[in-house]
Amino acid sequence: MSEVTETFGPYGGRYVPETLIPALDELTRAWETAKRDPAFQAELDELGRTYVGRPSPLTRADRFAPGKRLYLKREDLNHTGAHKINNALGQVVLARRLGKQRIIAETGAGQHGVATATACARFGLECVVYMGSEDMRRQAPNVERMRLLGAEVEAVEFGTRTLKEATSAAIRDWITNVGTTHYVIGSCVGPAPYPELVRELQSVIGREAREQLLEVEGALPEVVVACVGGGSNAIGMFAAFLDDAEVELVGVEAAGAASLGAGRAAVLHGARSSVLADEDGQIVDAHSISAGLDYPGVGPEHAWLRDTGRATYLPCTDDEALAAFARLSRTEGIVPALESAHALAVVEGLDADYVAVCLSGRGDKDLAEALAALAAG
Amino acid sequence: MRKALVIYLVAEPETPELARAAVEAGADVIELGFPFSDPLADGPVIQRASERALGRGMRTARCLDCLAETRALLNDTPIVPMTYAALLEAYGWERFAADAHSSGASSLIVSDVPAGQRPELRRVHLVAPTSTDERLRLAASTTDGWLYLVTLTGTTGARAELSSALEELVERTRRVADGVPLYAGFGISTPDQAAGAAALADGVVVGSRAVQVAEDGPQALAAYVASLRAALDER
Repeated sequence: MSEVTETFGPYGGRYVPETLIPALDELTRAWETAKRDPAFQAELDELGRTYVGRPSPLTRADRFAPGKRLYLKREDLNHTGAHKINNALGQVVLARRLGKQRIIAETGAGQHGVATATACARFGLECVVYMGSEDMRRQAPNVERMRLLGAEVEAVEFGTRTLKEATSAAIRDWITNVGTTHYVIGSCVGPAPYPELVRELQSVIGREAREQLLEVEGALPEVVVACVGGGSNAIGMFAAFLDDAEVELVGVEAAGAASLGAGRAAVLHGARSSVLADEDGQIVDAHSISAGLDYPGVGPEHAWLRDTGRATYLPCTDDEALAAFARLSRTEGIVPALESAHALAVVEGLDADYVAVCLSGRGDKDLAEALAALAAG
Repeated sequence: MRKALVIYLVAEPETPELARAAVEAGADVIELGFPFSDPLADGPVIQRASERALGRGMRTARCLDCLAETRALLNDTPIVPMTYAALLEAYGWERFAADAHSSGASSLIVSDVPAGQRPELRRVHLVAPTSTDERLRLAASTTDGWLYLVTLTGTTGARAELSSALEELVERTRRVADGVPLYAGFGISTPDQAAGAAALADGVVVGSRAVQVAEDGPQALAAYVASLRAALDER
């Protein structure tokens, strides 16, 4: 198993220090067993229904997109306010099967940190969340929430002080405490088996959405849209539609963090993917007003979907995202996360009438940052 | 038998002179760190040294020049570039290996490419206390010359005590390594720790502390390396 090289065409793999290889092998075995175990699936379904609030609704958004049939998959209505809880709960349940008592996570916008802290509180596990100090400033309410939930939030004061450094710090913690600790990675990134594991745990989004869309429209949408930072809500949304060749898949990246649009093949955080890197392979700083998209890498499966042409990835500027953030609030009474606002921003320009967007999270956490930017703009 | 002393330095303009001073003071192998922006296996000292070196323009081509300059000063002392997959990916895996060797490298260490991956790339493998016996056997049978024993579960950097995990790791590795020399590194900074590790293994690797001392110049580094050499020889 440790001979795994690449997972998604030429992307993926396990570019990590030897210390972690046995733990990745162990995780792979536990996951292979769990996904075939009806009791595991039943536990996740039960948690989804009674704790998260699944299935999340599908909302038609006529005032936001006049003349189109736009549907929003409402992951913002999940417990903790984003899709991140799907993955965090699944991995924490898996960690309990592995007998791990300590959980670590990285977080950018704070949504994954909150989701992981929540899952740990629910199951009585120790939780440490690494977060760049710049992101702690931008997402202060989430820092307070994590602490209230009993998690320890470790400020990362290195480099850009954002998600990239937080992820490196979490991986270093895991290298140090691998015997007792499970690392709940927050996106479909990292060494195998994480990209596949996270996709499978998030694929509930697409499965539900596909069924709901068929029920209401009697047909599949022309286009499915989701924002892409690491890419977990997008891969979860896309997963159910991959085999529906007639459905166009569109990922939307922050223009200043367009790992797929402007990146090159490189190695970051344990995987080969499309990364913002220079010609020497050194990682370049990303920029986005949205902390959740402010990451120079992306899940390796997205790089493969791009190369094979199955999905298309578009850029969205901070200003475009802010405009969509304000517009959805005014027209539909829904305050989206800045991350999700990127996906909303491209809808108007799509040459399609029937569109589904994954509204990956709610925007409460972004109010201060977004209102300040809108006032300045 | 003489215990091997491996000194790690980050490639910078001063490094060839520093490496010469280290070898004259008793280092047997120089590990030359090619800096990467996101070094997952490294603790704070090497992280910051890497950041500084990159800030001074020590990109892959300059690091290869640094390697060649160091080779010119060191006669036959082995020099082993140590880096991360990202640099090889960008430069080209085969081309990197070829250019490193033509610039005087004796082998390579790639911290985030474990044994079993990229088998065509000849390199020194790392093994860790978490490695299974099966992985120890794989690493030992495919390593290039010696095995790098990571003494602890953690990143590089000085520790107060020599890791208690080393003894068991040496024993387990000896059983499968068939005479391959075992050099212990990570967390070794004092002469006492070096002597303690050398009592178990065939050599020691000193990185973070050497990088710190090297900031004070070749004389300071030579004095430090000599103290390690003396501790290894007096055992």
